[in-house]
Amino acid sequence: MTTLVSLTILAPLLAAAGALAARRLPIARDVLTIIGLGVAAGASMFMLNGVHHDGTHVVRVGDWDPELGIVLVADLFASLALPVALSLIFIVELFAIGQRRTAWGANPELAGPLLSVLAAGVSLAMLTGDLFTLFVAFELILVSSYVLLTHQGRRGQIQSGMTYVAMNLFASTLFLFGLAFVYAATGTVNLALLTERIPELSSGVRIGIGAWFFVVFGSKAAVFPLFSWLPDSYPTAPTTITAIFAGLLTKIGIYSMIRFHTLMGMDELGPVMLILAGLTMIIGAVGALAQGNVKRILSFHIISQIGYMLMGLGLFTAAGTTGAILFLLHHMPVKTVLFLVGGLIENDQGTSSLERSGGLARRRPLIAALFAIPALSLAGLPPFSGFIAKLSVISAGVESAHPLVVTAALVAGALTLLSMTKIWLGVFWGPDPDPDALPDTPTETKANRRLMRTATALAVAGSIFISIFAGTLFDLSERAANDLRDAEVYREAVLS
Amino acid sequence: MSISLLLAIGGLTTVGIYLITARSLSRIILGFSLLGHAAVLALLTAGGPAGEAPLANQNDAETIANPLPQALALTAIVISFGLTLYLLALARRQQALTGDDLVEDDLEDLRIATLAANEEDDE
Repeated sequence: MTTLVSLTILAPLLAAAGALAARRLPIARDVLTIIGLGVAAGASMFMLNGVHHDGTHVVRVGDWDPELGIVLVADLFASLALPVALSLIFIVELFAIGQRRTAWGANPELAGPLLSVLAAGVSLAMLTGDLFTLFVAFELILVSSYVLLTHQGRRGQIQSGMTYVAMNLFASTLFLFGLAFVYAATGTVNLALLTERIPELSSGVRIGIGAWFFVVFGSKAAVFPLFSWLPDSYPTAPTTITAIFAGLLTKIGIYSMIRFHTLMGMDELGPVMLILAGLTMIIGAVGALAQGNVKRILSFHIISQIGYMLMGLGLFTAAGTTGAILFLLHHMPVKTVLFLVGGLIENDQGTSSLERSGGLARRRPLIAALFAIPALSLAGLPPFSGFIAKLSVISAGVESAHPLVVTAALVAGALTLLSMTKIWLGVFWGPDPDPDALPDTPTETKANRRLMRTATALAVAGSIFISIFAGTLFDLSERAANDLRDAEVYREAVLS
Repeated sequence: MSISLLLAIGGLTTVGIYLITARSLSRIILGFSLLGHAAVLALLTAGGPAGEAPLANQNDAETIANPLPQALALTAIVISFGLTLYLLALARRQQALTGDDLVEDDLEDLRIATLAANEEDDE
């Protein structure tokens, strides 16, 4: 088990180093990154199997005492989220290899290694057992995301990249201040020890720490009102990069929030979280309606969907946390696929603007099918994974009698369906676009196109897999939620 | 915990935040490095009173300063150093593209402003 846990972090890091060294040898470079990411994704799946049967596994890095050293905690929550996240990075890297030979793709010398570093950061962020390592993992993810976003140096990228970097740098500084507060108040940054010491603090200090970290994680997760950087910066990057950002980055923020606030039992913050969750859902969905470009519409929906996970967390009940975890698992593949399809559309007709495109369902029925499944899932229609995830969050809200936020969730669901219909009408139906009005499409070979479509289809298959095994996943999420809510389980696993 | 350190943290934070709200990227970068210093000082202060250097087998465990926040602070310094460099590179690129290093208007704000201006014209 220790090997498996370490592999999820080490394999991508080593692959990144190798791929950077071999950056002039395209085939060696691509093979190395694919192997690194594949090994990490495989290891995380075995890890889930192991944790499912034997319970939480703890790795003490360098065999230090948990009070002093770094611990990696593979509990059920981490082992559920990690395979989904790592397989998605693997799939996106496949897509990127297909796309990067065209002018629209990311720079292949950088994108592969940086995606691997990002994967290592994601593993570390999900597994770490102390707040400071979480900070380092965030930085690892963010630094690679800064470079991925701006490395082509186009004007729009630099412009929105500056907002993105500044916003995240500010949030990271707040994180550092938060660490100082926590250390001053408790004398440790280890999560297991904190579950013991934070409840002993006076309620003012305790809620202050909770609120501070809510702001830190909330600005990474693009919770209302901290989301303005997201819809500007995400659409400017190459599609593959946007897909990974959309599927993973905001979700790391919400993942850390679920872990920290549930473990520390910050129930008092619940009402605030629920109000912000409602606003995030509605404002994201309404913002999406005003957009005229596939990628920008989808970017606003990232914000809207964050609201659902925040709602599940804000309820602070077993059912709510279960719903939030299930939503997280469903949302990562669905959002990634939608952006990958956005990339396929862009590659096919040279633009993702709704006004300038049309008739794609006739010309490319496969792309239409690949879009329809995750789009319906995002809107929460049965029998797709989004339905089950939304249902579990909403029924948890009904159970704890919060009618306002439940109404907001339902309204946002309807609005989501509306903007998915808008994309469908604009891109897939209607007359063919005037070929002269379209910019040049990038040149692509058959092999490239096949690789890109296979990767997208794989991700769609993954999201269908989640809806088929929704029952099992629900049970696992429930167990993970109960483990998180009962800090005793976590503490015992780490400290004993 | 010494009052002068606290004052220094407060001062650095104030000046840092003031600089971050500026329009030119070089000021924003300066602001971030000041804020970073403030955060590192806060981490050090959180470690308790100053003491002798925390060297094993040389100084008594009772009199040394707490080494853990120092280790955390070092890591934070390295990270903020790297990020400052990256921001500088971005500013350089922005300057090459547009001639200055001003942060440009927000896209969404611009669209709303244009819409409002059009409506006024219609009236």
